[in-house]
Amino acid sequence: MAVIGILALQGDFEAHARALLRLGVRPRRPADEIPRPPAPSSPAAPGAGDEYMFVRDAAELAQADALILPGGESTTMLKFLEDGGFWTALAEFVRHKPAFGTCAGAILLAREAGPPAQRSLGVLDVAARRNAYGRQRESSIRRGRLTGNGVCEIEMVFIRAPQLGGLGPGVEVLAREGGHPVLVRQGKVLAATFHPELTDDLRVHELFLAIVHGASRPASA
Amino acid sequence: MDNHKEGELRLKTGLAEMLKGGVIMDVTDAGQARIAEEAGAAAVMALERVPADIRKEGGVARMASIRKIREIMNAVSIPVMAKCRIGHFVEAQILEELGVDYIDESEVLTPADEQHHVDKHAFRIPFVCGARNLGEALRRIAEGAAMIRTKGEAGTGDVVHAVRHIRTIVREIRELTLLRDDELFTRAKELAAPYELVRWVAREGKLPVPNFSAGGIATPADAALVMQLGAEAVFVGSGIFKSEDPASRARAIVQAATHYREPKVLLEVSEGLGEPMRGLDAASLRPEEQLQGRGW
Repeated sequence: MAVIGILALQGDFEAHARALLRLGVRPRRPADEIPRPPAPSSPAAPGAGDEYMFVRDAAELAQADALILPGGESTTMLKFLEDGGFWTALAEFVRHKPAFGTCAGAILLAREAGPPAQRSLGVLDVAARRNAYGRQRESSIRRGRLTGNGVCEIEMVFIRAPQLGGLGPGVEVLAREGGHPVLVRQGKVLAATFHPELTDDLRVHELFLAIVHGASRPASA
Repeated sequence: MDNHKEGELRLKTGLAEMLKGGVIMDVTDAGQARIAEEAGAAAVMALERVPADIRKEGGVARMASIRKIREIMNAVSIPVMAKCRIGHFVEAQILEELGVDYIDESEVLTPADEQHHVDKHAFRIPFVCGARNLGEALRRIAEGAAMIRTKGEAGTGDVVHAVRHIRTIVREIRELTLLRDDELFTRAKELAAPYELVRWVAREGKLPVPNFSAGGIATPADAALVMQLGAEAVFVGSGIFKSEDPASRARAIVQAATHYREPKVLLEVSEGLGEPMRGLDAASLRPEEQLQGRGW
């Protein structure tokens, strides 16, 4: 059993909870329940036995085995993270435990982020360029190819999305769209520039669950 | 709904999803916009004058000057919204061309049409609209709004109307979920809202778009109050830059929107903020002085 934290400072953290619920993950505390929760997609759901919890400070982070960093405004989230001991705790956490960032979350995980240059956790060896496609007018829903067990198409919702460049040798590209890497993995760190939590497709969250389960089993570590 | 329209709506509400748990602040120049971003605002609303000044100075309130909006767009990296007059679809066309991230078809500006709101389906840029009750919210959604906010009573610093509006919308949604299918037809007629939307809300127990709060929010406690009542994010207009210490107040309201269920944090951030905006008792306003009656 793993406890998956969802950083709930600002942004679409409830949408991530919704995706996890559909994969059979249960809320850890009453405060983690969301209004009108969806039913798990199947009885043999991959997240059965796992729990999720919203994380708003270092004490809550300490209870989690993995962390999702949602979409939202990275500059807003930074205001909270830079308060007190949260940053140190989070930086330590993502160095050792699985983390999954979407959009703003991916920006926070990157080696460098901007413009303008802003602080980031540096566990994903990429440079994230914020709002790289432009403003909301340039937001779009596209179909891209997901590699892995065979190549398949996946719907991708890009909202004022960043682009990832300067990929280090340890970074594996799991999906590209329009020539840009949009889903990448480096060890236990997974990041998407689009929002799988805003679609009905659960494959990216399933992949993260597999990373979490792999990391919590000492044999495969 | 055809696939294309459904996709467009998901993109439009998608940006609203990203603003949840955040604070959208009214700003009137690049300096204020930077203070707002630095305080942790999730977005800013570019305005010529904040509602409190529009109220005081009177005259026709229109879309802000292009130079002003552009200056604010260039000053910050967070989303920038701007207001158009109710029904003024050409102001909206200009704002879309300019590339703002969200358009607020707002009762704070002087309405340009006595009967019709903007057909918001015709735009690629998402719209937010004010509402006082469920019927009004659903009419705006039918016209294509991708986010609803309570109207409250802008420019007063008095939260009572925002509270009334969020309570009304949330209660009317709850009531719908208890009705029998055959009772929804009459209820749709009473709400003056499309039956399909009424049925959707009855089934899902929520609005099909995010539901934010605005109008009279002036303190961290006000922000937490509307969040506890069911708002998913807050707009703060005059409340920040009409207060004694805007930067501290902005930071405190950002904290309150995230930690809205934690009195310990609310106490901490409420201390030492300086004077809030002086405000205006909304009950002292004559009906014709209220902005919330604009739109229908």
